[in-house]
Amino acid sequence: MSFLEYAPAPESKSILHLKKSYGLFIDGDFREGHGTPFTTISPADESPIAKIANANAADVDTAVVAARRAYDRVWSRMSGSDRGKYLFRIARLVQERTRELAVAESLDNGKPIKESRDVDVPLVAAWFFYYAGWADKLDHAGLGAAPRALGVAAQVIPWNFPLLMLAWKIAPALAAGNTVVLKPAETTPLSALVFAEILQQADLPPGVVNIVTGAGDTGSALVNHPDVDKVAFTGSTAVGRAIAKSTAGTAKKLTLELGGKAANIVFDDAPMDQAIEGIVNGIFFNQGHVCCAGSRLLVQENVHDEVIDRLKQRLSTLRLGDPLDKNTDIGAINSKAQLERIRTLSDIGEEEGADRWTADCVIPDKGFWFAPTIFTGVETSHRIAREEIFGPVLSVLTFRTPAEAIAKANNTPYGLSAGIWSDKGSRILGVADKLKAGVVWANTFNRFDPASPFGGYKESGYGREGGRHGLGAYLQSGWHAPASRQLPASRVEPRTSRVEPAASRVERAETARAPKKGSTR
Amino acid sequence: MTARLAVPKTYKLYIGGAFPRSESGRTYEVVTRKGDFLANAARASRKDARDAVVAARAAVSGWSGATAYNRGQVLYRIAELLEGRRAQFVDELRRGSGLTEAQANREVDTAIDVWVWYAGWADKYLQVTGNGNAVSGPYFNISTPEPTGVVAIVAPQGSASGDGGLLGLVSVVAPALVSGNTVVVIASEAAPLPAISLAEVLATSDVPGGVVNILTGSPAEIAPWLASHADVNALDLAGASDLDWVDLQVAAADTLKRVLPPEPGVPAPSVERIQFFTETKTVWHPKGII
Amino acid sequence: MTLEQPVALAPAERAVQLIGADLTEKSLKLHLDGLSGVDAVGLEARAAGLATRSIKTSSKAWALDTIIRLIDLTTLEGADTPGKVQSLVAKAMNPDPSDPTTPRVAAVCVYGDMVADAVAALGSAHAAGGRTGINVAAVATAFPSGRASLAVKLADTKDAVDAGADEIDMVIDRGAFLSGRYGIVFEQIVAVKEACRRRDGSYAHLKVILETGELNTYDNVRRASWLAILAGADFIKTSTGKVQPAATLPVTLLMLQVVNDWHRLTGEKIGVKPAGGIRSSKDAIRYLVTVAETVGEEWLQPHLFRFGASSLLNDVLLQRQKLTTGHYSGPDYVTID
Repeated sequence: MSFLEYAPAPESKSILHLKKSYGLFIDGDFREGHGTPFTTISPADESPIAKIANANAADVDTAVVAARRAYDRVWSRMSGSDRGKYLFRIARLVQERTRELAVAESLDNGKPIKESRDVDVPLVAAWFFYYAGWADKLDHAGLGAAPRALGVAAQVIPWNFPLLMLAWKIAPALAAGNTVVLKPAETTPLSALVFAEILQQADLPPGVVNIVTGAGDTGSALVNHPDVDKVAFTGSTAVGRAIAKSTAGTAKKLTLELGGKAANIVFDDAPMDQAIEGIVNGIFFNQGHVCCAGSRLLVQENVHDEVIDRLKQRLSTLRLGDPLDKNTDIGAINSKAQLERIRTLSDIGEEEGADRWTADCVIPDKGFWFAPTIFTGVETSHRIAREEIFGPVLSVLTFRTPAEAIAKANNTPYGLSAGIWSDKGSRILGVADKLKAGVVWANTFNRFDPASPFGGYKESGYGREGGRHGLGAYLQSGWHAPASRQLPASRVEPRTSRVEPAASRVERAETARAPKKGSTR
Repeated sequence: MTARLAVPKTYKLYIGGAFPRSESGRTYEVVTRKGDFLANAARASRKDARDAVVAARAAVSGWSGATAYNRGQVLYRIAELLEGRRAQFVDELRRGSGLTEAQANREVDTAIDVWVWYAGWADKYLQVTGNGNAVSGPYFNISTPEPTGVVAIVAPQGSASGDGGLLGLVSVVAPALVSGNTVVVIASEAAPLPAISLAEVLATSDVPGGVVNILTGSPAEIAPWLASHADVNALDLAGASDLDWVDLQVAAADTLKRVLPPEPGVPAPSVERIQFFTETKTVWHPKGII
Repeated sequence: MTLEQPVALAPAERAVQLIGADLTEKSLKLHLDGLSGVDAVGLEARAAGLATRSIKTSSKAWALDTIIRLIDLTTLEGADTPGKVQSLVAKAMNPDPSDPTTPRVAAVCVYGDMVADAVAALGSAHAAGGRTGINVAAVATAFPSGRASLAVKLADTKDAVDAGADEIDMVIDRGAFLSGRYGIVFEQIVAVKEACRRRDGSYAHLKVILETGELNTYDNVRRASWLAILAGADFIKTSTGKVQPAATLPVTLLMLQVVNDWHRLTGEKIGVKPAGGIRSSKDAIRYLVTVAETVGEEWLQPHLFRFGASSLLNDVLLQRQKLTTGHYSGPDYVTID
């Protein structure tokens, strides 16, 4: 017997009070959808979990109408501090029901319970806590005096971090004073529906958050709904591009969090043992279903063999299996379709001449699984070096100089994240400056925090989530005041009056709205 | 004594720090409000637009890599040069756009003041739009705005607000430059002369060649090529309200460009305009003492 | 900077193989300075990750027995007496009188002047180089501070070896290390190793205590671990137990990583001994997990891994009784030594 055959230590499903079927959450209640319901399954064994309502265009419209009504009558008239209190309540309820949410997430998504329990759900609570505090401090968000909510936000989220992406979307939207219609991914609706029950427990006014489940057509109906003021999407670049086109020419404010092909750069002076951990965490965290995954490893040529050796040794200790087992490192691939895509691209990698190495894991009979895989000898022209695989597959490339590392790292239409491993401070800062990526992790990887803005350059999308910047994505800036107040005075007055210093204009604007403080907007 | 015969200026494009004619060889007549001939301006082609993007891309690294203090000084120097040439601009605004002397003076004053306002932001916008983040863990975490890269702009095309072709141009070019972007701008089609005179100012200043590229001609003809150009990072449609600007926005979506929609009149000076053409980059690093 | 006459170092076999025949203080320093750095946050995060593993119940029984087999049962007090040592030895030989299946500990660890008492108390249970039985380990070299002349340290070592010690736990000169005089630290280990030589030509096993709490930084721990191995250590050991912090999981993980590096490089297996501060079974199991996932399960044997501990044994016995009987035990049901 190997000591390392750790106990199957499954988190009990009994904590989860699953219903047989879930409706759409509209205007504070669950209701039937008018589309054909679908079944969500556990990707670990393909067993059905629950029947889920399917929202058609009429259901989406009902949800948007409910959100608009809640915005007009309740949420936009409520004080910031009261909005904040609701968000604090939600944060607390998430903390109280952490176990249950983690189990729901791992069951439906296939991610290891240690990740849903230690990363996803705690971050969900943190996200609500963070933005709760912003709700009555919008004047200090750096967006000018009295920034205004946008109205109804349409939000479409992916399946890789179902509940966390929900939090990233809903928390800042509500804090800023918007109401929400959110569509979870088709394969992972469960945690959002448990979350809807939390909203009921929090006594959130009906219509402030509506959750409509369904597939692409539901999402399309939502983002293209004419009464939507804001669209926030996280998902593939292809869909993001389509949304950018369909919202062109409208007044809808758009933020997009799309794909990535992050370079994780390892210099020869890196803290090597931690770099190995960082590489593993970078690409095998959440089975590589991470838009900011460090999927392109750029290793300085003189340490390439050592890094690969160590990496293989480390990967052979990873445990693949039951997502609900506390000792599982690598869970299930979220869907059959995604598994096919990972297989196809990996096969292409082999055909293109890269060397494939796969960790020796026992693959369960049922469910969707892919063992951790490394490709060495990958060239910049290979498809596995350019396309997002979104799975536990690492492409390894080499470089000789920092300049070459930067050039290769930036040689992609994406620009979401990047990693740097080096013991030399000046090099870290110098390289970080030159990387075209919205998040740069130096001597760490895949860290997330509600206070820290996240989002990409180039085709990885636009706008930021998290921090003050994430709040700005849901506000109309106070700078958009009447033009006469904004323009330098000499445009409208005789030339003797020159441009006023910007500061005094700000002060005047703040003074002007001071009496309104605490009132509704 | 007979009147001296004047020496008229040839108005050309401004690309990569040089003044080429359009590669197409085309020009168009610039006339006064009354319809009198003023000058022949170059009518830029899609290839001129392409060349301008290449020049702009090549200039990104140097301009964005300069210190903020240096960029601020270089931009301030433009204001000094504009002030020195104010008579020329006033003259062009009066002849070309039919402004009164008072109106022309006001536009030049405002343009200079707007330029100075933006120049002063170069080493401050980062402090206002970036921040350190209190993350939960032993990490240093800071968010800073960085230039998005190459910005293509359709300058205001003249409007009821009395823009004679200088203030509108300055109001869209300066904010993009502040953070270190480089610019390809399509000038006012009807009033291109101040744009080329501004180019002369830029050419004799410390702004490196390629940082600002000015095209004259038809926005309807050139803008689609810039909107769909994969090596353009952002699109400012400030002056595009009379174009099929939704199509331009759709074309820009192919490479997920950042797009500012049309604005009536002349865009007001704002930090937002600077920020819009920046990307927030967040850098994490562990903090440990042992 | 001037070029000084290179200070030649004793040609310890491992160092010569790795650094070259003309081993000098300078070449040693260059070698150690070339080691990869350690990021503290990343190291501690990895250790915390390893600490979340939970093991099977069947594995747990095995783990508890393994922990006992890996313990150096220790008494290092100024107040130690022959009687105290006899009591310790009795406990080492028969940890749980209520359960004869309980394994014995690996060794008893005492001050050098108590070695003879320990040997006498062990009698036929003394391993004395054999595969079975209990070893006697002695701390030496002016333990715990190490502040004495080399002659004193060597005499201290020889005394213990002559009295029958199977293992010597020496301390490095942390002062010399922290002031950059790696040559002194190296030469002393080489000399102590030689002092471990018995009359018959065999050697007492040498454990080199780094006192990681005083070295303070992880980079220093990595350098000192590497230095000790180069100089001939059979084991690298975290702490004397007299300085806080003593053994921690991140420090032990780091030392295991060094041992792993050495193994990859040379095929040779070096032992690791965390000592001080490990008091509960739960803690000790985390160390086992860390060993198994870093260098492999093969290291979970007394010649490659030890716990330097005193109170740990009783907690393990309590847990062991719980596994056997199914209910929680209490301190009155395990013996004090």
